[in-house]
Amino acid sequence: MERVAVIGVGMTQFARERPAETAADLVFEACTRALEDARLSIEDVDVVITGSNDFFDGRTISSMAVMDACGSYDKNVSTVEGDGTFGAAHALMRVLAGWGTVLYCAHHKGSESVMPLITNAMFDPIFERFLGIEAVTSAALQARAYMDRWGLDEETLALVSVKNHGNAFRNPVAQLPLETTVEDVMGSPYIADPLKRLDCAPVTDGAAAVILADREHARSAGSRAVRVRGVGYSCDAFHLGDRDLADPSALRDAAARAYRGAAIDDPARQIDLAEVSEVFGYMELMWCEGLGLCGPGEAGEMTASGRTARDGDIPVNVSGGCLSANPVLVSGLNRVIECVLQVRGEAGEHQVEGVRTAVAQGFNGPCGQSQCVWVLGGEE
Amino acid sequence: MVGVGMTVQRSSRRDVTGVELINEAVRAALSDAAMTRKDIDAVVIGNMDHFEGINYVDTWSVDGSGALGKPVMKMTTGGTTGTTVAMGAYYHVASGMFDRVLAIGWEKNSESDTTGAIITAFDPFWDRPTFGGAVAGLALEATQYMAETGASEEDAAYVAVRDRKNALNNPYAHLRMELTIQAIMETPYLAWPVKLGDMCPRTDGACALVFASEDVADDFPNPPAWVRGLADRHLWAYTSDPYVNQKVKGGTWFPAMEMATRELYDRVGITDPLEQFDVAELYLPYSFAGLRYMESLGFCERGGGPELVRSGATDMGGKCPVNPSGGVLSSNAIGATGLLRVAEAALQMQGRAGDRQVQGASLALATGFGGCYWSDEIVLGSEMPDVGRG
Amino acid sequence: MSDGGVKRMYLVVESGQAEQPFRWSAGTYGSRFLTAIRDDGTFTGIKCPKCGHVYVPLRRVCGPCFTEMTELVPVSNEGTLVTFSVVSFGFVDPSTGKHRAVPYGYAVIKLDGADSYLIHFIDETDPAKMKAGDRVRAVFEDEGERTGSMLDIKHFELV
Repeated sequence: MERVAVIGVGMTQFARERPAETAADLVFEACTRALEDARLSIEDVDVVITGSNDFFDGRTISSMAVMDACGSYDKNVSTVEGDGTFGAAHALMRVLAGWGTVLYCAHHKGSESVMPLITNAMFDPIFERFLGIEAVTSAALQARAYMDRWGLDEETLALVSVKNHGNAFRNPVAQLPLETTVEDVMGSPYIADPLKRLDCAPVTDGAAAVILADREHARSAGSRAVRVRGVGYSCDAFHLGDRDLADPSALRDAAARAYRGAAIDDPARQIDLAEVSEVFGYMELMWCEGLGLCGPGEAGEMTASGRTARDGDIPVNVSGGCLSANPVLVSGLNRVIECVLQVRGEAGEHQVEGVRTAVAQGFNGPCGQSQCVWVLGGEE
Repeated sequence: MVGVGMTVQRSSRRDVTGVELINEAVRAALSDAAMTRKDIDAVVIGNMDHFEGINYVDTWSVDGSGALGKPVMKMTTGGTTGTTVAMGAYYHVASGMFDRVLAIGWEKNSESDTTGAIITAFDPFWDRPTFGGAVAGLALEATQYMAETGASEEDAAYVAVRDRKNALNNPYAHLRMELTIQAIMETPYLAWPVKLGDMCPRTDGACALVFASEDVADDFPNPPAWVRGLADRHLWAYTSDPYVNQKVKGGTWFPAMEMATRELYDRVGITDPLEQFDVAELYLPYSFAGLRYMESLGFCERGGGPELVRSGATDMGGKCPVNPSGGVLSSNAIGATGLLRVAEAALQMQGRAGDRQVQGASLALATGFGGCYWSDEIVLGSEMPDVGRG
Repeated sequence: MSDGGVKRMYLVVESGQAEQPFRWSAGTYGSRFLTAIRDDGTFTGIKCPKCGHVYVPLRRVCGPCFTEMTELVPVSNEGTLVTFSVVSFGFVDPSTGKHRAVPYGYAVIKLDGADSYLIHFIDETDPAKMKAGDRVRAVFEDEGERTGSMLDIKHFELV
């Protein structure tokens, strides 16, 4: 891949509810921070890509609400409806096609809608929706299938929640730092067996933005520019019955595509840190396997041994992950931004020493159907 | 662009699900380009979520779109969705990341209340309580246009007659009828001064296009239609904003369209669009747009729209025929509509538009309209551009 | 189908009603506008520190300048008609689930002291009796009846 770098990042504070701000207000905050971080003004931006979802926003043409706030006045602008990793991938395409500097932003106001009704609409209106199936209940099916495949117990899945909520204490923008134990997770009420409340990500308000630039325009950012080494995405079948839910095959494919561009052939060795979209605790285990950070079925053991902890050899979600703030759509972008901060060495209290290559992952659709992977940083 | 597929556009396609409708267009495009699903590197898809009530259309539609095991991205921007998808697919290829990309736009407007879904496109506090959907919003523009230029309702009706007559040559079009200005004038007012005959229909339909990189463009049976340039502007967030005569910067007639046009024409080298374009497929959601937008696209002076269209210059056989396909006034499956403009322009550049072909056409303009008076614009040519990407 | 032939075609059409409640934030400035019409029957605008443009409805960012606005300025309850329509086709209002009463006058209004426009009902259904530039003023619901919504303004009327 030709040289493209992330030269600016911005996140708002993430919270259960931010009633004083509209989605547009949050976008303005995130974009302003990203511009400040890149030491640019809006005039330096050539193209703007926005990310939103009509269902979550309760608004047809959801992008319209942020058209003033994203700084797209008199610029080419477009919108990707989906996770931030996908939207940022489109921003990347614009840079690769010759636009020097591209801003991408995404927002989410989870507090404004009723999440199960929104995610129920992901399913087939005639054959599936009447079941009431939505994000949590479908994930429960996947969690069970994954546990059965590898003989994992709920306590192992709970380790992710304990680790990530603990990590969130060091991340000032995280919503839900929690001192918690496996017993606490096990004792929290079942939402949909085997998923308990503390296995599930919270509802979140917030926004984030990144600025991508080609080699020439990244020069001004100096060593703070973090190179995009590879991006890949891929989609699994839609109907849950058409999929092997315990096998993250779309993620494996997406990772293979990203790694090809990044010349990574041994991810477990070459990747220093991962930020994955674990909207439910079990997902972190599955996504680690899909990313090739360990072998199939090995992620439970890897987590139990502490290798994915902040001081482990392959830290995963040191930011606290989605379990500590889950502004849907923004979530994947947050993973990218956290990787950028880590590679820069500017992650503050949750900085991990010596991160050179980091991988971020996000998804769209039920049970991680459509997956996107970013590889950031690394050697020249 | 090397492959074009479209479904027949109808008021209601209850015989197929959305996924099946998408698949009709996809199979048609693949077959047109002599490809199979395996040859596609990535898929871009768009529609308007609330018209069918499907969240995550990209993941829902993989069986129909052919995206299984492939990269798929959903891009949507309201009325401009179809052109947004086309531009998105273009950038997928222009980035060098993919060589063969499928662009899909579709809608089953029969599955919901179109006016209700359009009203919810606008701000819940400021706009929705009083907004009357696309018809009412456009009527405000029509009133303003007539007051400022002296254009008449009959002038607008001329556009509706022209496009629907053109549709007689398009076997895929939804409304195909020979009408008179008088007949349009006698249709009932929906929102004064806009009458039923001035408005686009509600349609079920899908369109798919195959975009290919320069490196592989010769591998297909049909000659490519080349993207010569593209630009868009999506200004504003509130229904009342577009009517403002922009004293902030300049003072323009239709700011988004004029800004995009300026950038596009500069890039492609268009100084006299009426002379240089051989054909235009414009997203005209209602008849008055066929007057005013000609002005913002630089085909004539401000206020010159009525004279231009009544001169016959935009008729078949005129200097620059507009909407040989019958346009949006004849078929409007909203998510597909913008992509159909691009598809029709591509067919014209390939010389494959059948009875609606403009003979010898080698440069075409396609536009998308939507949102808060947003404008997407693409120039296509029969010859490969000698300028770089972007 | 056991007799080997397709006897009848069935097309099933599922008629689902998908209700999705929302609780949108009007934001800091939007709330100020709505409480001012509720409590005082007055309009508020917000002014861009860079270009001086006064916006109604209120928003935080001036799009053309990409500048944050904080200065609230009073805007008149009277203004001029920019453009209008008379809506006569029947449709279901998605906010209420009921048919909006037609015909109704619908107008873009420039309030005195504002640069951007407001969109609302106008109490006139004969297009021949309106023209751009006509003076209009807001008619509010009675005090005590107002809830902090744009519908606290009954409509505008020609002066």
